[in-house]
Amino acid sequence: MSNALRKTALDALHRTLGATMTDFAGWDMPLRYGSERDEHNAVRTRAGLFDLSHMGEITVTGPDAANLLDYALVGDIGAVAVGRARYTMICREDGGILDDLIVYRLAEQEYMIVANASNAQVVLDAVTERAAGFDAAVRDDRDAYALIAVQGPESPGILKSLTDADLDGLKYYAGLPGTVAGVPALIARTGYTGEDGFELFVAPEHAEKLWQALTEAGAPAGLVPCGLSCRDTLRLEAGMPLYGHELSTSLTPFDAGLGRVVKFDKTSNDGDFVGRAALLEAAERAEKNPPRKLVGLIAEGRRVPRAGYAVVAEGTVIGEVTSGAPSPTLGKPIAIAYVDPAHAAPGTPGVGVDIRGSHEPYEVVALPFYKRQK
Amino acid sequence: MSNPQQLRYSKEHEWVSAAEDGVATVGITEYAANALGDVVYAQLPEVGDTVTAGETCGELESTKSVSDLYAPVSGEVTEINEDVVNDPSLVNSAPFEGGWLFKVRVTEEPAELLSADEYAAFSGN
Repeated sequence: MSNALRKTALDALHRTLGATMTDFAGWDMPLRYGSERDEHNAVRTRAGLFDLSHMGEITVTGPDAANLLDYALVGDIGAVAVGRARYTMICREDGGILDDLIVYRLAEQEYMIVANASNAQVVLDAVTERAAGFDAAVRDDRDAYALIAVQGPESPGILKSLTDADLDGLKYYAGLPGTVAGVPALIARTGYTGEDGFELFVAPEHAEKLWQALTEAGAPAGLVPCGLSCRDTLRLEAGMPLYGHELSTSLTPFDAGLGRVVKFDKTSNDGDFVGRAALLEAAERAEKNPPRKLVGLIAEGRRVPRAGYAVVAEGTVIGEVTSGAPSPTLGKPIAIAYVDPAHAAPGTPGVGVDIRGSHEPYEVVALPFYKRQK
Repeated sequence: MSNPQQLRYSKEHEWVSAAEDGVATVGITEYAANALGDVVYAQLPEVGDTVTAGETCGELESTKSVSDLYAPVSGEVTEINEDVVNDPSLVNSAPFEGGWLFKVRVTEEPAELLSADEYAAFSGN
């Protein structure tokens, strides 16, 4: 079905660059251009350039835009200031996580939701359905934007050379409209790598021009194009959850250790929002009877844990790996896993991962594995 | 990508050299190395192990996946490439040379091994 894959505005460029492509949520995306370890290290030490155009943008406008999002999502979206962004989630009535999202407040009555590619349609459908009775319009803007990210410690300097926008005044999780390399862009200081960086939302017809300008401006600083493979190891080291791995419809935010994103004290809609009752119960349940906890595991050996592998202690299954990879920064295999609370404390002895039949020893650590020095 | 003419190839993307004094060298192809991505761990058979053509004899771990290593020929392992054990990235940087995996005293070479041209057609490279 490769002929059915969707292609981004940068597709021809990726092929010129010799990218290895992969099917990601129905999109033909760059997996890597050369060595994914080199790409990973470039983002940690210099800068990397990513095509993230598969991400799903949904715009919500109108007098009730804030109230609608307060009702449709679990966060206090009305409280987000214009020009700022919020990490949040959308849940089902039963509390199960439909997706994790970043919501940007672009104006008093205008928000942009950025959903995972694999869930964009689900999120669009849910928000549209939940909009009944609100004076707000929900617009599918997936085709309206290409998304280019520049991530890494050198990214502010690189971007500054291409824009007059006040990047120093742009805080983490903020976004402002501006011009980059002569191209109108929403400039957001966000990312999924654990590094400082920016995500630039532009019209698809401007994507190539912006990519080339960033490539040229970044060359002296060592910027390289980066694929989704290193994006995954970067977010894994940074302890960031990935939908379909750490998050799913069978878990509530409280099961994922992310109960903090659920705001029960919202004032809009009389405090009501989709999933409220179930999430109150989930919060209580998590308090009384702690669920499996997300922890980090670091290998003592060299065999790599993969999603779905059992976590074991004294021959008993005590958890499951949700993501695993060789960590370029630590130089060892690492994993994120859900484990029983009794074995979740950092340093808990005797914990291992069942790697295709052999129990390999692992050290339990708190997440994240990597935190950048500010 | 060019597959050396003097080697034989399996459909599992291993290559095997012509035996010298009965001993052949085995590795994976550049096509396979590129498909795997950065190899981070190589679990090779041990010296003295008997490997059987078409059966697994080890595994290669890359960032995204783990892949079984198949023996392209049958025989007894006489040497493994310690350089690859210590630095698996050799499999990516020099799959047909410094990234060889093990040597085997050949007892049987399957008739269905491919020539370089046949392998190029098979792998599309």
